[in-house]
Amino acid sequence: MTEFHPLLPGLIPLLPLLGFLGNGMLALVAGVRGAAELRAGAGAGKEKLGELAPPPWMRGLPSWIGPGAIGAAFLLTLMNFVGMARSGLEAPAIVRYWDWISTGGIRIEAALQLDQLSMIMMLVITGVGLLIHVFSVGYMREDPGYARYFAYLNLFVFFMLVLVMGASFPLMFVGWEGVGLCSYLLIGFWFEDREKADAGKKAFIVNRIGDFGFLVAIFLLFTSLGAVDYAGVFGAAPELLAYGGSTATAITLFLLIGAAGKSAQIPLYVWLPDAMAGPTPVSALIHAATMVTAGVYLVVRASVLFALAPAGSATVAAIGAATALFAATIALQQYDIKKVLAYSTVSQLGFMFMGVGAGAYVAGVFHLVTHAFFKGLLFLGAGAVIHSMHHALHATHKDWDAQDMRNMGGLRHKMPVTWVTMGIATLAIAGIWPFAGFFSKDEIVWYAGAARTGGYGALFTALWGVALVAAVLTAIYMTRLMVMTFYGSNRTGEREAEHLHEAPLVMTIPLSILAVLSLFGGWLNVPASLQESVFGGFGLLPMSDWLERWLEPVTELAQEIHLSHAGGYATASPLGGGAVLWAGIATGVALVTVGLTFRSVSKRGIRPASESGAPVGVVRGLLYHKWYVDELYDRVFVRPLLGASRIAWRWVDQILIDGSVNAVGSVFKALGWFGSLFQTGQVTTYAFVLTLGALAVLGALLL
Amino acid sequence: MPEILFYVFAGTAVGGAVGVVLQRNPVGSLLFMVGTLASIAGIFVLLEAQFLAAIQLMVYAGAIMVLFLFVIMLLNLGHDYRADLKRGLGAFLAFAVTGALGGLLVGQLGGVGENPLYEYLPGPGELDRVFAADGIVGAIARPLFTDYVVPFELVGILLLVALIGAVALAKKGG
Amino acid sequence: MLTEALVLSAILFVIGTFGVLVRRNAIIVFLCIELQVNAVNVSFVALSRYLGIDGQLFVFFVMTVAAAENAVGLAIIISIFRHYQTVDVDNFNLLKW
Repeated sequence: MTEFHPLLPGLIPLLPLLGFLGNGMLALVAGVRGAAELRAGAGAGKEKLGELAPPPWMRGLPSWIGPGAIGAAFLLTLMNFVGMARSGLEAPAIVRYWDWISTGGIRIEAALQLDQLSMIMMLVITGVGLLIHVFSVGYMREDPGYARYFAYLNLFVFFMLVLVMGASFPLMFVGWEGVGLCSYLLIGFWFEDREKADAGKKAFIVNRIGDFGFLVAIFLLFTSLGAVDYAGVFGAAPELLAYGGSTATAITLFLLIGAAGKSAQIPLYVWLPDAMAGPTPVSALIHAATMVTAGVYLVVRASVLFALAPAGSATVAAIGAATALFAATIALQQYDIKKVLAYSTVSQLGFMFMGVGAGAYVAGVFHLVTHAFFKGLLFLGAGAVIHSMHHALHATHKDWDAQDMRNMGGLRHKMPVTWVTMGIATLAIAGIWPFAGFFSKDEIVWYAGAARTGGYGALFTALWGVALVAAVLTAIYMTRLMVMTFYGSNRTGEREAEHLHEAPLVMTIPLSILAVLSLFGGWLNVPASLQESVFGGFGLLPMSDWLERWLEPVTELAQEIHLSHAGGYATASPLGGGAVLWAGIATGVALVTVGLTFRSVSKRGIRPASESGAPVGVVRGLLYHKWYVDELYDRVFVRPLLGASRIAWRWVDQILIDGSVNAVGSVFKALGWFGSLFQTGQVTTYAFVLTLGALAVLGALLL
Repeated sequence: MPEILFYVFAGTAVGGAVGVVLQRNPVGSLLFMVGTLASIAGIFVLLEAQFLAAIQLMVYAGAIMVLFLFVIMLLNLGHDYRADLKRGLGAFLAFAVTGALGGLLVGQLGGVGENPLYEYLPGPGELDRVFAADGIVGAIARPLFTDYVVPFELVGILLLVALIGAVALAKKGG
Repeated sequence: MLTEALVLSAILFVIGTFGVLVRRNAIIVFLCIELQVNAVNVSFVALSRYLGIDGQLFVFFVMTVAAAENAVGLAIIISIFRHYQTVDVDNFNLLKW
């Protein structure tokens, strides 16, 4: 056990920032060149436009800078991780750089905090991020905005690292806002398309609502605890905040608003499905693996506060469970392959919230990590499929939707690697032993039921049931996705099918690595209760319970508070039976569900999108239209707001404010006109007025 | 005797001044001005400022007035004295204001007994001591080249600048 | 003699002011300004008898500055005359934007 010395922690976020600067320069150059080409093309005729190929270095440099910066950051993170693992660090290592805000009673430092939690997040961000960057080289190579794409992606990684490494809530907020910005930029990456640009705006605005909650929570922290850095807050919170008191509850609820916005939970989830307008690797990195899990990270980071506020925690769990079920139902009836995955992501995030809300912070982080593996893999696989479909449809100029699963089918012969890797991810997310998702999801579901010993017992019992249903739904929609995409006969069209092909190596290698992680990632944290059973390989699996022990220094305090006030967790499920039994039931049910769904979807005669109408039946229609939530929000919030804004614009601003300002202006204009009468421009007049003034002054002095 | 001389000089000075203002012919105005300046030089002598009186005559009444004369003749203005004096409301207002100003000043400065200013004056004879020590010119020269040497040099520079400026401004096609 | 000299100074100053206000010829206006300057000089000299030689020194400086002012002022008048072919101040309204 040696002391832990962080190795250049500032360089870890700095590297992606440098990558952003480098790629940004290239993007600017490309933009200037593009504009020049546009001008030249306008004269030469439109057909020449697309054929003006950029120089090779414009393609080559971003391909090295983008993934290279992330790769270097990953290596550095890995070295720090090894150092931390060897040292057995107890208290977080805080590296201070400079005074950031220092005024009045506030003193906020620009400081990075390296502890077990941020280390896990950094590994996920840079590791999965690196794979997705490499994948992007193949996916985005032909896009005219290639350099711009990598610039945004690098900037995102920078902000995400600031988010998880910052040693105070305001610094986390900086990263929080920064990733929101990058998300906006990347969703609207193809901003020529109005719909995609609008999707970016929607994400940005909905996130803003959440950010407001986060900001209020920071203010509350400052007023009630006088500190906003982690060490200060968590040091003072157990003494200054009463258990279950209104202040703690208010803080956690406002934090929850922020977390719900970023992590797409009810009621702020609506932006995430629309965010699929961005390039698919972006969906994988930002909207599945990293950014959307920031809310979970926030709750775990503030676990002390949440442990002090059982009502806040229960709300987190309830919202998570509701989201998990709700999003899973919508995913059942979507045809766009990315939309299914988007709602699946929302649903899985709901699981994580349920876990952290039940006080199982480690389980939440565990699911976050495994989800980053298998959902990143699913999105990248979907990206490979879309890439291939796009090429096939483009080759014959067919105007079909490249993302609609009804146009796919039978792809397993064309894209075997993608099929196998996505299959592994599907088994993982469905929760089948021994894949990664089994362990993490089972732990969350278990704790949701086990948390019933404290207050809100009935609630957690109900949540347990909801979680089980949502888990079954997960297996259904994922199997449906796999069958529609990879099985059956091909529906793309005969000529198009010849152009369908497996993705290049640069895309399949990241897929394979993620597949391995999806397969074995669950072994990071085989729960102690399963360790000795068949599911834990009778204690033979390496690293059992590793994550639990690793994160102990971070969650210790919250667990103590929970234990002393709410008591321990139940050892049996609400329906009786221990962890091992229910793990068996869960994986069995999942397996049966996968099998049944496979059979029923395979039998269904699926027609291409152009030949099939909207789904029939009330339930299917309701799910297909996503419970009409977007329409509801449009009626309840958007339109009244627009109406009110119009009134504010036409009446309040244009008539009232502009009018009064103009009126004041006219008064002074009139005064000015009156004054200008004296400005004859003639010296004599001025001399006369000067004399008059002298007379007045003299008279006032002498008389 | 000095009192009588003072009143004589004062009378010619005021008379000349009135002439300057009322004479239509610019050259005439100028001649009246020379008279006024000369009278003021006389009053300077009576007020124990003999050196200034000499300078007043040489520089003011001499050089500067000749400069004015040159300009008047250069611009050939000697014969155009139509309506040079304003009339009507403007003139009346000017008369009223300057009259009020004059009344105020004369009233204040003339009221010897009432004006508290005079109580603090030590009385004439202050200069006699200096003159006795340094002589009339020396009395001015000593402070000029000791206490006031910086302003003196600055004024020299000012004159040079004015010289250059005047040349630059009056240069044809400048 | 102090009172008398100050009163004389005041009268000369007022006459000069009046001249500035009522004359149109720029050169005469200028001349009247000289009159005002001289009126002030009389005050300086009169008071210097009581307060010391500094007053006379001041008059000396005033004369020098007035000389410089005259040189520049007359040059400006010449310049204006070249432009407008007149020195009537009522015709100049360039001090208005």
